[in-house]
Amino acid sequence: MSGRIESTTLLQSLMATAFRECDAAARDPSRRVAWCSSVGPVELLRALDFTVFFPENHAAMLGASRMSTGLIPFANAEGFSPEVCSYMTSDIGAFRRNVTPLSRVDPSITSVPKPDVLVYDSNQCRDVVDWFSFYGRELGVPVIGVAAPRGVQEPTEDLVAAVASQIRALVSPLEAIAGRRLDPDRLREAVAVSRDTSDLWRSVLSCGEALPSPLTFFDGCIHMGPAVVLRGDPRALEYYRALLAELQARIAAGQGAVSGERVRLYWDGMPVWGRLRDLSDLLAGLGASVVGSTYCSSWVFGQLDPDEPFDSMARAAIELFIARTDAVKEMVLAGEALRYRVDGIVFHDAKTCPNNSNCRYGMPARLREGKGLASVIVHSDLNDLRLHADEGVRLALEAFVEQCLEARR
Amino acid sequence: MNACFYCGVDVGSSYSKAVLLDASGGFAAGAIRRTGLDFARVAMELHQDLLVAVPDARDNVARTVATGYGRDNVAFATSRITEVSCQAAACWHLFHQALTAIDVGGQDTKIIVLGETGRRTDFRMNRRCASGTGAFLEEMAARLDTTPDGLEALAGRGRDAVPLSSFCTVFAKGELLSLIRAGRPVEDIALGVYDAVVRRVVEMASLQSGTIVLTGGAARPGGVLVGRFEAALGRQVLVPDRPQLTVALGAALLAMREGEGVP
Ligand code: SF4
Repeated sequence: MSGRIESTTLLQSLMATAFRECDAAARDPSRRVAWCSSVGPVELLRALDFTVFFPENHAAMLGASRMSTGLIPFANAEGFSPEVCSYMTSDIGAFRRNVTPLSRVDPSITSVPKPDVLVYDSNQCRDVVDWFSFYGRELGVPVIGVAAPRGVQEPTEDLVAAVASQIRALVSPLEAIAGRRLDPDRLREAVAVSRDTSDLWRSVLSCGEALPSPLTFFDGCIHMGPAVVLRGDPRALEYYRALLAELQARIAAGQGAVSGERVRLYWDGMPVWGRLRDLSDLLAGLGASVVGSTYCSSWVFGQLDPDEPFDSMARAAIELFIARTDAVKEMVLAGEALRYRVDGIVFHDAKTCPNNSNCRYGMPARLREGKGLASVIVHSDLNDLRLHADEGVRLALEAFVEQCLEARR
Repeated sequence: MNACFYCGVDVGSSYSKAVLLDASGGFAAGAIRRTGLDFARVAMELHQDLLVAVPDARDNVARTVATGYGRDNVAFATSRITEVSCQAAACWHLFHQALTAIDVGGQDTKIIVLGETGRRTDFRMNRRCASGTGAFLEEMAARLDTTPDGLEALAGRGRDAVPLSSFCTVFAKGELLSLIRAGRPVEDIALGVYDAVVRRVVEMASLQSGTIVLTGGAARPGGVLVGRFEAALGRQVLVPDRPQLTVALGAALLAMREGEGVP
């Protein structure tokens, strides 16, 4: 990415260690492995001593390594439509072909770690449930989860109570699989670590408010790894302290991630994993810095509170950006645009993820007319590069940067 | 060097175009060629065409802006700007009012919205699909065993457009076959093809009010596409004198603006 962030070396070794631990746990009959959706109730799993693996992170690695596009047809051939989540279809394809990008991190890892249980929260989408259910059937392991509401306008206490009781209901089946009782202190501890991780991650992302920004959305997509994979694990804290210190030093030195930053943009929606570097280079070459995103901010859980573990986990799930109404999302985007002082918003309309594509119901026009916020829509996909047209995306972004520059004159 | 000309080169996916402006921004020459496979070469050839038309311009081109699909291949360009900005510059120069410009290009269709001051406030491009573009017209012409000009001639004789329901170019080709088999007049089918393009473009942005400008190779003044747009929108559509050269003209205007801060 732009002006290499030194902590990247630490990040790579931390992530490799986490993947090796998953691999080792899956081979150790005394250990239990849980697969968890990216914003599922991971603190509960940590408190019960599960080693936790995140299929969405694995799928993002399939995308970033450009393995995904060739794997998706194997899932399509089994009846999973090319129109549904390409995280899911590429991951299923990888499973069928018995390949994993984890082998590129460490060649001794030859497969994903076999789970003992799969745990989801369906408030992000239904695809995650279908995805986990596929593995449930294939591997003969239980699939359990929470159905926190979607389209939340007001996060009321009734909703919190209902979701908290769903999370509580997971305890007993998880205890049975873990072979141990839940220790409330350990749960509080895990929630506290998650909260601290989240606070640090928020501070990292807020560095993007600086002029010039010391990091871009594209950097964030890489550096969010521990916020996803090591949420609730103290090693994530160490990492983000180091990263934050580095970014603060960059701010103090006036060092931007994009040299000669002259346009500031905000990204909404999924990354295009297989084009992360290309898009980063393209925009950097135009002097455009993507300084913030709804995507990276989705792993900020300011609601988590160790004194109220279940209720606060429920609150975090309910207030998740992806699970809110368009009215709330519109407010969030307008606020973020002000906070990051951006010239405009890039909406990624990801063909296979309508759940995290926020430009389909008139939001760009409402933001333009109501808040004077310019935007451009990029039609692509998170993992299926068959749905990405390089030339069209490049033209849209270049033309948008020119428009932003003209508006600044 | 007595630099007194400005050049715009638009290397498009089907056709490439070039425009030469004199020192006062007046149109000095224009040229059009099929792009073919060698972008660099067609750009050079267009440059030569302009110099043949205006020998005084030899060694006197102050700046050249390259635009279009192959803009990076124009070695002699002094800068590169997207066709969206070039189109906006040209439409503002030509019409000087708030407007929505529709460019039906070979591979894509763009809609650009200009405000009262000529500032671009929005633009849209067709999705990853040929429907609503010049490529759609070319494909349909081929299916009807004619050229794009032949398609327009056929459509010009059509009376009762046959609606095509398919969005997809491939499906639409199949639909044409069914219509021919059903004995529908080929002229009415050809007219339906133009309406399919218009419908696709009209969906891309709100065109209910305001001034509409149509540009691109298929937007011949008095031609079928313009007529079908006017019928669909219920009002007059403006077309520049040289619709296919609009983007190249914008590039030349921006070359002039970069060089001297005018017009
Ligand atoms: S939110 Fe989108 S990308 Fe994530 S699992 Fe659901 S459909 Fe896939």
